[in-house]
Amino acid sequence: MQIDVEHIARLARLGLTGEEKKLYGCQLARILEHAETLQKLNTDQVPPLTHTLPLKNVLREDKVIPFENTADIVNNAPVEEGQMFKVPKILE
Amino acid sequence: MNTKTAHELHSLLAAKKVSSVELTESVFERIEKVEDRVRAYVTLTKEKALQAARKADEKVKKGETLSPLEGIPIALKDNLCTKGTLTTCSSKILANYIPPYNATIIEKLQKIGAVPTGKTNLDEFAMGSSTENSGFHPTHNPWDLNRVPGGSSGGSAAAVAADECILALGSDTGGSIRQPAAFCGVVGLKPTYGRVSRYGLVAFASSLDQIGPLTKDVTDCAILLNAISGHDPKDSTSADLPVPDHRKALVNDAKRFRLGLITELTGKGIDEQVVKAVREAARKLESLGAIVEEVSLPTFEYAVAAYYLIAPAEASSNLARYDGVKYGHRSQEGSDLINMYYNTRREGFGPEVKRRIMLGTYALSAGYYDAYYLKALKVRQLIKEDFDKAFQRFDVLLSPTAPSVSFKIGEKTADPLSMYLSDIATIPVNLAGLPAISLPCGFAEDLPIGLQLIGEAFAEEKLLQVAYTYEQNTEWHKRKPGL
Repeated sequence: MQIDVEHIARLARLGLTGEEKKLYGCQLARILEHAETLQKLNTDQVPPLTHTLPLKNVLREDKVIPFENTADIVNNAPVEEGQMFKVPKILE
Repeated sequence: MNTKTAHELHSLLAAKKVSSVELTESVFERIEKVEDRVRAYVTLTKEKALQAARKADEKVKKGETLSPLEGIPIALKDNLCTKGTLTTCSSKILANYIPPYNATIIEKLQKIGAVPTGKTNLDEFAMGSSTENSGFHPTHNPWDLNRVPGGSSGGSAAAVAADECILALGSDTGGSIRQPAAFCGVVGLKPTYGRVSRYGLVAFASSLDQIGPLTKDVTDCAILLNAISGHDPKDSTSADLPVPDHRKALVNDAKRFRLGLITELTGKGIDEQVVKAVREAARKLESLGAIVEEVSLPTFEYAVAAYYLIAPAEASSNLARYDGVKYGHRSQEGSDLINMYYNTRREGFGPEVKRRIMLGTYALSAGYYDAYYLKALKVRQLIKEDFDKAFQRFDVLLSPTAPSVSFKIGEKTADPLSMYLSDIATIPVNLAGLPAISLPCGFAEDLPIGLQLIGEAFAEEKLLQVAYTYEQNTEWHKRKPGL
């Protein structure tokens, strides 16, 4: 099985070294080979199960509940400025 | 003192035979003595523990009644958000993360006055079956320090087994409470999906994750389950159902219980000594009045394959939040945003997490979604139907918790697939959202074997009654590792 490791890593925003790309390429192929066993089951008439509880839209009142502790949120940021998260520039 | 159970200690505290401060000190003395060999914890919170202990002692002094876990030392898996205390998920990417809020279950435990000893080690982001994937250090099995404690709640299970706490909380996505409980010879319960709020549990695979107890006996398990169960408006997937008093299920009587021994998990691929112990446990329950028959769940052999598409798919989405912006590690390399993401995630995540993000991203990517992810969800439906059919005939299903006893540190790290297959007995339960408990049912070469009991959704009481009956009529849970 051929997997475009570089493409997948890009989608996942994951920087990989050359060695990691090779390793994950092999390992993913082996795991996906095992996943092929699922094809033995006929599931044409089977609905997909995403969730095991018989829950439908869970709604609540649209009410503002203030969070008092915003300083501790910002303090966790690697780089902040005032109440803002600072990021590297996006546009030249 | 630290070797006792929570319910024993509760009586001693109430009778003023011991104080919570003394008890807490004895737990930390034990930690001092064995922790450098076991390495169950990543953070200790002795000051907070003593503070809570003093509060409990004050109450006793004033003649007030203590709730069942008040003044009792409890260890917390380090993927449960604790306000003001590091919560790392044993990942370098969260090594400095101090949550600004508490998980709902932490709020509950604080309210009832439990004593938090610290945060326990896990496989990074709860991804693993041995705690070797911790970004900090592996945890060692108290029964044999050269072996793994299981995972991902290996720190919690080892801490309970080594008496480095009285009881503990873990989380279970594909067996992460039950398998380490089996490997460490303690009791571990994964509640029904929705029974316990997941608010503040760092998400791995949201449709599978549940928080649950790891304890020294079934009674403590029921007590801790009582403390953490219930609907939470902050978790829209928590079930809005009444919670029974699980202690009422602690009845020494298995008569008329219909037990189904799972054929697929008592044959090929399962260690002979494990199968023997589980069959003996089934006979024991039969001798106590239960009706035991074999039951086949033919789709079980597909469960691991389905799980290792569904769980990584959900994980790859959940872990997108670790981007070096709002919290956690940020790479110093890369001058623009996208390269900052690449480098942050490369430096911050360990190999297993990267592997699962890659696998999940692949399964969800254009062109493969139907063949892998959607197919796995359909197989998940078939697995659930297999269970539904089985529960028409049986109250509780029996199997081994793990296909073998604990393996050696390093034994399976080179081959991810063989590690994944060690979850063969626990994974189907998460896929179907059911409750299951693991309890000690024997030993092979001085290593504990776990018996798994599986129930229908929200039928924890049945599990607890059968488990309690088995425990009351056996001695396995009384054995302690010779640390």
